[in-house]
Amino acid sequence: MIVRILGEGQLQVPESAAAQLNELDAELEAAVERGDEPAFRAALEALLARLREVGSPADPDTLEPSGLIVPQSDATMAEVRKLLTDEGLIPG
Amino acid sequence: MGVMKRVQLVFRAKANKALDRMEDPRETLDYSYQQQLELLQKVRRGVADVATSRKRLELQLNQLQQSSDKLDRQARDALAGNREDLAREALQRKAGIQSQINDLQVQYASLQGEEEKLTGASQRLQAKVDAFRTKKETIKATYTAAEAQTRISEAFTGISEEMGDVGMAIQRAEDKTEQMKARAGAIDELMASGALDDMVGGPRDDIQAELDRLGASTSVDRELAQMRAEIANNAPKQLEGTQQAEAADAEPATAQVVEPAGDGE
Repeated sequence: MIVRILGEGQLQVPESAAAQLNELDAELEAAVERGDEPAFRAALEALLARLREVGSPADPDTLEPSGLIVPQSDATMAEVRKLLTDEGLIPG
Repeated sequence: MGVMKRVQLVFRAKANKALDRMEDPRETLDYSYQQQLELLQKVRRGVADVATSRKRLELQLNQLQQSSDKLDRQARDALAGNREDLAREALQRKAGIQSQINDLQVQYASLQGEEEKLTGASQRLQAKVDAFRTKKETIKATYTAAEAQTRISEAFTGISEEMGDVGMAIQRAEDKTEQMKARAGAIDELMASGALDDMVGGPRDDIQAELDRLGASTSVDRELAQMRAEIANNAPKQLEGTQQAEAADAEPATAQVVEPAGDGE
C-alpha cells in the first residue's frame, strides 16, 4: 500500500506492517481526542519512525493516490485537528 | 478509523468534489494540467522567497556578529586602559547582541529547513506533473470519453493529492517567511533609527568615544612629557650652561628621552 507523509512524499509500505501501524495510529487519534500534547507528539513520532523503517520511497512518477496519509513530523495538534474536521488546510 | 485514514478521506473528498465540477472528462485533463503548471510556478516562487528571506537574515546575522566582535575588542581595550567599568558595559551590550544572534540563528535554521522542504516538494510535483502529461496524452489518444472516465479520475485523484500537499507546504513556508520578514524589518528599522547605534557601535558609540578620550588623554600626556623634555633640553643652551648640571641631576631620565629631538635640530 502507498502511504503519504505530508510534506515528504509517498512511501511504499508492505501490508504486513498494517496492523502495527494501525495500533500506533490509534494511539495518535486517542491523544488528539484527549488534547494530550505530549502523548500526541510521542505517538506521531513513533508512527513516523515506524513508517520510515518499513517503507521505501514510492516511484516518484506514480499517480496512484495514497491509501493512508500521515501528518508531517512538525505538525501541531491544532493543525491535525483542522485537517480532520474540515478541509480548510488543503488549498484549492 | 484512525488519523491516517481520516486525513486520506479528506484529501479524497476534495479531489472528488473538484472532479464532479468538471463536465467533459477530457477537458478535465487539460484544465488540471494548467493548474499543475501554475502550482509548479508558485512553489518555485516560494523557494525563491524563502531563499531571499534566508539571505536577508544572513546579512543581519553578519552585522550583529561584527558588532559583537567590536564590543569584545572594546572591552579588551578598556580593560587594558584600566577602565573596568567601561569593559563591563561593553560586555553587557555584547551579551544583549549575542542573545539576538542566538535567536536569529534558530530562525535561520528553521528557514533553511523550510527551503529544503519546498525544494523537495517542487521536485516531487515536477515528477508527477511530467507523469500526468504523458498519461493525459495517452488517455486522449487511446480512449473514448466514456472509457477515459475512470482512468482520468485515477490520475486526477493522484495528482490532486500531491497538489494539496504541496499547496499546504507553500502555505506553511509563506507563513514562516512572513513572520521572518516582520522580524527582519523590525531589526532593520532599529538599526536605521539609530536606537541600535549605541548598541552596535554606529556614530553615537559612547563606549568608543570614551575609549577615544582615554586614548587621546594618553597621547596628550605623552606629548606634554615630550614638550617638557624638549624645554628642559633647550634651557641649558639658552642659559649658557649655568643650570645645566642642575637640570641634568634633577631629571636624568627626561634628558635621555629628549635626545632624539635634539638630534633633529
